[in-house]
Amino acid sequence: MFDWGLYNYWVVIFLMMAGLYVVISRSNLVKKIIGLNVFQVSVIMFYISMGKVRGGTAPIEAEGFEIYSNPLPHVLMLTAIVVGVATTALALSIVVRIHEAYDTIEEDEIRLLDEGDEP
Amino acid sequence: MIDHLIEIVVDDLPALQIAVPLLAATLCIIARRRRTAWVIAMVVAWASFLNAMLILRRVMTEGTISYAEGGWRAPWGIELRIDSLNALVLLIVTGICAIVLTAAPRSLAQEVPRSKHYIVYAVYLLCMTGLAGMTVTGDAFNIFVFLEISSLSSYALISQGSTRRALSSAIQYLIMGTIGGTFILLGIGMIYMVTGTLNIVDMSNQLAAVGPNRAVLVALACIAVGTAIKLALFPLHIWLPNAYTYAPAVVTAFLAATATKVAYYVLLRFVFSVFGVDLAFGALRLDVVLMGLALLAMVAGSIVAIFQHDIKRMLAYSSVAQIGYMVLGLSLVSVAGLTGGIVHLFNHALMKSGLFLVMACVLLRTGSTRLEAFQGLGRRMPITMAAFVVAGLSLIGVPATVGFVSKWYLVTGAIESGHWPVAVVILVSSLLALIYIWRVVEVAYFRPAPEDAPEIGEAPLSLLGPTWLLVGATVFFGIFTSLSVGVASDAARMLLGMMP
Repeated sequence: MFDWGLYNYWVVIFLMMAGLYVVISRSNLVKKIIGLNVFQVSVIMFYISMGKVRGGTAPIEAEGFEIYSNPLPHVLMLTAIVVGVATTALALSIVVRIHEAYDTIEEDEIRLLDEGDEP
Repeated sequence: MIDHLIEIVVDDLPALQIAVPLLAATLCIIARRRRTAWVIAMVVAWASFLNAMLILRRVMTEGTISYAEGGWRAPWGIELRIDSLNALVLLIVTGICAIVLTAAPRSLAQEVPRSKHYIVYAVYLLCMTGLAGMTVTGDAFNIFVFLEISSLSSYALISQGSTRRALSSAIQYLIMGTIGGTFILLGIGMIYMVTGTLNIVDMSNQLAAVGPNRAVLVALACIAVGTAIKLALFPLHIWLPNAYTYAPAVVTAFLAATATKVAYYVLLRFVFSVFGVDLAFGALRLDVVLMGLALLAMVAGSIVAIFQHDIKRMLAYSSVAQIGYMVLGLSLVSVAGLTGGIVHLFNHALMKSGLFLVMACVLLRTGSTRLEAFQGLGRRMPITMAAFVVAGLSLIGVPATVGFVSKWYLVTGAIESGHWPVAVVILVSSLLALIYIWRVVEVAYFRPAPEDAPEIGEAPLSLLGPTWLLVGATVFFGIFTSLSVGVASDAARMLLGMMP
């Protein structure tokens, strides 16, 4: 039987595969980077959902709250988000320079131009 | 007072290995001057190398070093944990960093506008921070963070190449590398789900208790795929030839000797220290997969190398083949095989960075690294070409060079485990290496320079010195093997759980 209790992991897997598919199938570099982002976000969601405890609150001690979610995976993802942002920024800045140098950001056109460069 | 101070500093050596280059990178940016930035980077790189030597000596005499960052004890805090394996990797990484940096200014001046040099040195130090961090840390998530620090800075370094193809190579590497890094992150997350810890030692204890459930196996598969991309294991190597060919010459010399080596270390660490032999090779049969890919890499990489016209690209494909040797050592799962793999990590770093520095010399004088540029170079640049020949012999595996030492252990390991066809493939791949090195030697020594070739002199001392230091080391460690092989066999025994 299909277990709906784990639907969050199905979402993660779907996003991951969708992201990877975009990276592989699109030749536009900006679209590739978007795919890469979706791929990274799926892993971030994976961590977030594994730290969540059903019925748990934020781990701040207060009266009336007994169950807390695990904050550690969430904190780890702060770092992973920063890494993702840095990667995207670097990738986009390289794409800008590629656009200046090749006048295109389509990977297949770049490949053709590269082959033309070969002496 | 001073003794006390020294004592404090000595205890903090593992942490300084990360903190100092990280801070110095920002100093380079503040300095904004080419010379000042280079001096800062040089001081830090050589100090890190010295530091790594001190750490290795301490590990050899006192055993594993465990350092609790910020005083938070493992498994809650982040632990830096150094044993004989990562002490050796740290030594070679920082050593290559320092030596290549020494050669950097002249070669960089040719390929990167001078106004940008200070940024290159800053990013170079960041890359070194990431690589050293990955090596010393005992925390799985920390490995991911340092991996991304080193990867991001290496993409930036590669994109500094003088042609526009450097840009397309950098973005190709960025996409592949990010996918690899994310797979590693996913794998670490799954282990965390099962064990509830990020500390490597704690993880391995908990995983041993859990046994082979599906989440653990998928985690291992994710980490193996992720590191295989960073390692450029055939057929996930497609980013490597372009990245190495179009990056600035010194950046190639640096990355070829360090980035893939540290990725190999991470693979070793996860497979042996975290998951353990039973899980990785019993439940998942990773050894069969890796051995197959390693053998393909050795043959395919060498064959493709033979047909390259650009010698820098040829050496890049040869790297793919040499990575095959290292992974082969891992997949043999025996003391001799693993020793061979680890020694080859050390040895290949020396010879490949030496060879890529030779490429930097040739590029500086002739303006090209294509095969035609080598015509008559045996007469025109005798000292440079002699370095190429010595390092090339080492790549082939001639006795009295480091290449022979690692191949000897690999062949011994293969025969011990009864895989004699593997030993044959090692020899075949060595013969292929002979062919591609010979092509260059023939053109350089037996073909006269073209009539209209401009008069060129020998490469400057600032480049020749570091080149010969590395090439000399390939001969030195080929004859005096006690340091490299001694530490490597120690590390191999430790990984296989046989403490001496």
